[in-house]
Amino acid sequence: MTQVSAIAPGKAKPRRGRRAEDVAGLGKARASLFVAPSLLLIGMFLIFPAVWTVYLGMTDYRLTGVQAVDPQFVGFANYAEALGDSSFWHSLRITLIFVFVSGVAGQSLLGFALAWAVRNLKGIWKAIVEGLALAAWVIPSSVVAFLWIAMLDRRNGTLNTLLQTDGKAWLIDNPLLWIIIFNIWVGTAFSMQLFSSALAAVPPSQLESAKMAGAGGWQQLRDVVLPNIKGHLLTNTLLITLWTFNTFTPYLLTAGGPGNSTEILSVYIYKTAIPGGQLGLGAAISLIMLLINLVVALFYLRVGQGRKSS
Amino acid sequence: MSTEIASSDVGKRQVKRFLSRIGFVAFLTLVSLFFALPMLWLVTAPFDANPTMSVGIPDWTLSNFQRVFENPQAMRAILNSLIIGIGTMVLVVILGATASYALSRVRIPGRDALLYSLLLLSSIVTGTAAMVPTFQLINVLGLINTQVAVILVITGGLLPTVIFILKDFMDSMPKSYEESARLYGAKPFQILMHVVTPVARPGIAFVAIWTIVQVWANFLVPFILLRSPELQPAAVVMHTFYTESGQADLRLISAFSLLYSLPVILIYFLVNRKFGFRFHGGIKS
Repeated sequence: MTQVSAIAPGKAKPRRGRRAEDVAGLGKARASLFVAPSLLLIGMFLIFPAVWTVYLGMTDYRLTGVQAVDPQFVGFANYAEALGDSSFWHSLRITLIFVFVSGVAGQSLLGFALAWAVRNLKGIWKAIVEGLALAAWVIPSSVVAFLWIAMLDRRNGTLNTLLQTDGKAWLIDNPLLWIIIFNIWVGTAFSMQLFSSALAAVPPSQLESAKMAGAGGWQQLRDVVLPNIKGHLLTNTLLITLWTFNTFTPYLLTAGGPGNSTEILSVYIYKTAIPGGQLGLGAAISLIMLLINLVVALFYLRVGQGRKSS
Repeated sequence: MSTEIASSDVGKRQVKRFLSRIGFVAFLTLVSLFFALPMLWLVTAPFDANPTMSVGIPDWTLSNFQRVFENPQAMRAILNSLIIGIGTMVLVVILGATASYALSRVRIPGRDALLYSLLLLSSIVTGTAAMVPTFQLINVLGLINTQVAVILVITGGLLPTVIFILKDFMDSMPKSYEESARLYGAKPFQILMHVVTPVARPGIAFVAIWTIVQVWANFLVPFILLRSPELQPAAVVMHTFYTESGQADLRLISAFSLLYSLPVILIYFLVNRKFGFRFHGGIKS
């Protein structure tokens, strides 16, 4: 995943001294022509929507009715409405819990523990553990969601059969807990793979000398491994935070319910704007989400640069 | 005296090692179970004559697959996934390859800043954060409820990453091939078609597969932009199957789940073995 190396703060590749040379004789004009179609598409469908959100969020656009044809400029009314609405703050609060518990803590810790546990294993055990985690990551989200619905089913679910708790409705009793566990299940493979490659790059000689000096497992981890994989830790945390914050997959499992107990911000925006029809208000909340994304990315870039210069 | 201490030390260490060994095996077993448990249903139910929500020894049959093949909506959904997947892939590969080649070989002003800001943007402007303006843009363009809209939106989201991957790849390609072709009088276009494209083939193949996998699993974009069931890809139709009608048809759902998941699982494990860790991430929502 090249995005990793690209965003990885402080991990920018050292520039090679060699200058780019136009060996095929393309010329700047033709080269620009080659780049233009891509830029046009990116500009239209990635950059323009982001910028347009600022305007949309200040209108009373609706999916249907008068405001669909003739929307009015309402200034910051949408923001006032969103910030004054307790359901927005509820959504933001459970989003934070969701991101920190399932992403930053859950996926990272389990991913690291797995990478650490299988690092010296060979053969079937390693293949089974890694293969299972990877399968959870690659099976399309709408299938994965149904697999969990089946497992947690009230009457016949595998979990109730195993625990002999027939009739227990897990997704109704503890919905937030279960989308957190679900998200750990789906996403751990990424951290596991990232940390596996990080651990493989820890110089064996350093580990050897730590062992010779009598360092136990924990001490090796703390004094040799962690300092070596700081960059990866940062990359992992950045990507996991962004992805977990922006995921829509829990919607497939609970549709935000019961009530609004699993209405994380992405689901809240969807419900407000599309079934709810309040496009203007949805756009205003989208802008808040975009700004949070921006702050998260800039924060990690800052930390990464600080690391590089020190 | 001293030997006694030493031997009890050795004993303690052995006990400790034994216990940590047990803890280690228990951890791996538990984690494997955690990952395997939800997936068991996908392995048993499609082959069960009377599948329920629970996992059990299947009453062996292949008739569930027959049911999928005879269901026009299910087959249409797979076809739609293929149309959207291949359409996006062709667009992404052609645009991404030309752009990344130009960016790799020609010094266009502001190139590096452009690349990094695009990549940063593509990770900030995610499908969920931009869903409202994207939906409205497609509405205004009159493309709502068309597969072209889905292809364009996903392409715009994937292109920055693809250009980055391919530019990296093109940078690592030796320039001597192009130089010698040029010495022999080849025109730029000939060099591109007959020299650059064959050499870049592994990179292009990688990007093509990566794109298809991304699109195949993408739920949000088609879910928002496509209203007609006959246009929706498998990701959306799968969701319809289990949310729509009162009594879910588990025979259909189970076999359809497997048929829909299997291609990406196979591709993934083959490509992962071949290319290693690079094959991860992207837009997953």
